[in-house]
Amino acid sequence: MSDIVLKCDSLTLGYENITLATDLSFEIKEGEYWCITGENGTGKTTLMKTILGLTKALSGTVTWCDEALRDGIGYLPQQTDVQKDFPASVREVVLSGCQGRLGFRPFYNRTEKEMALLNIKRMGIDDISGRCYRELSGGQQQRVLLARALCATGKVLVLDEPIASLDPKAAEEMYELIDSLNKKDNITIIMVTHDPEAPGRFATRELRFGEEISII
Amino acid sequence: MSTLIEYLQFPFVQKALIVGVLIALCSSLLGVTLVLKRFSFIGDGLSHVAFGAMAVASVMNLTHKMILVMPVTILCAVVLLAAGNRRKLRGDSAIAMISVSAMALGYLIMNLFSKSANLTGDVCSTLFGSAQFLTLTDSDVVICIAVSVIVVILFIVFYNRIFAVTFDEAFAKTSGTRTSLYNILIAVIIATVIVLAMNLVGSLLISALVIFPALSAMRLFKSFFKVTVCSAILSVTITLIGMLVSILLGTPVGATIVVSDLVVYGAFAILGKCVSH
Repeated sequence: MSDIVLKCDSLTLGYENITLATDLSFEIKEGEYWCITGENGTGKTTLMKTILGLTKALSGTVTWCDEALRDGIGYLPQQTDVQKDFPASVREVVLSGCQGRLGFRPFYNRTEKEMALLNIKRMGIDDISGRCYRELSGGQQQRVLLARALCATGKVLVLDEPIASLDPKAAEEMYELIDSLNKKDNITIIMVTHDPEAPGRFATRELRFGEEISII
Repeated sequence: MSTLIEYLQFPFVQKALIVGVLIALCSSLLGVTLVLKRFSFIGDGLSHVAFGAMAVASVMNLTHKMILVMPVTILCAVVLLAAGNRRKLRGDSAIAMISVSAMALGYLIMNLFSKSANLTGDVCSTLFGSAQFLTLTDSDVVICIAVSVIVVILFIVFYNRIFAVTFDEAFAKTSGTRTSLYNILIAVIIATVIVLAMNLVGSLLISALVIFPALSAMRLFKSFFKVTVCSAILSVTITLIGMLVSILLGTPVGATIVVSDLVVYGAFAILGKCVSH
């Protein structure tokens, strides 16, 4: 049996007066590729935010394994408006992925800078590492954010609709990249997606929100 | 030129220039964060609060007005930020409410209780900056130096966190960065800078001092670090030039600085266009 990375136990999800899901329990094991799918407003994003600790579950528990807690969780959020005119170089953005390792230090050390460079190479964006983030194409921006997420983790990636704003070619490249991280580097993937084909093509497990919540 | 050198011999001119440069430096540091986090409206609201507090302080005849103005403005910054985080709309109207009330109360109190013979002049100088800037006492200068040093040190120490929280708050939070703490820190620094800068350009023109250098730098540079350094240099240079011009020509200090900022922004916008083509 492979190790359990994340265990969710009888979660109730929702906000204020609306309950989106009740008694949701599942375990995610190391090296698995999970897709979380479903219509808008059914609770996929809420589930993702809950497992990331950004929102609280109404009841139930989320438990990460010790290793994930120690190494951190890599998160690839959707792009925000702020980032559209943010003056930041690719290197600065990727390096900010190391912020969880700072502890009480004010500045990044050599190891963290090398780690950022390594992940820039890994995502194949070293030729644009000096460029401004806001001037890149959608696909390049996603690679930058993925490199940043990899600086935060060696184990688990949580991806929020990674191909949402990409053209088909860039989307395909993004999928290949994620797939190789999963297969070659044994990184556990938890991906929220709208793409109906993604689960069949890549996922080992699927959690589908709908009339009922099904785990396939 | 000789008049300028003659002026520079005066201790009161030297003091004014030192304070001006420090204020310019502090106010430019958080410009990028303020613009991008859409906090500029909080800055504007806070300057109104500072005006109200200033009015109360002058009626109370405090020798060091900052003792009252600084804590009141910082408190409001924290309250406004907390309100803004909960609900976007409610935060906006809270800011409008607090800032307008503070302004009205301040003016009312000044009118009712001020013993000053030149009330309109007092109000005007609080709003637009004043010639009083040239009559700074030694303790004013010391306070200003101390506060500026603290602001600059805080900014440098938390530079990486401020970048992280500004660029992507959700990601920062999942990485274990205490985002609400840093948001409060940013608000406190903004409040401090606003109170400092009020002496120089007055409460109505502060936003310009904070935002213009960052906007100009963003036209030309492409990394957060370069933009920050450039806006600090720009801000200090423009403020120095603006102050010297205003001393020589007798124009109002605040307005002269802001107009110089505008001119430089125009130049950088054109330059930025040329570079990208």
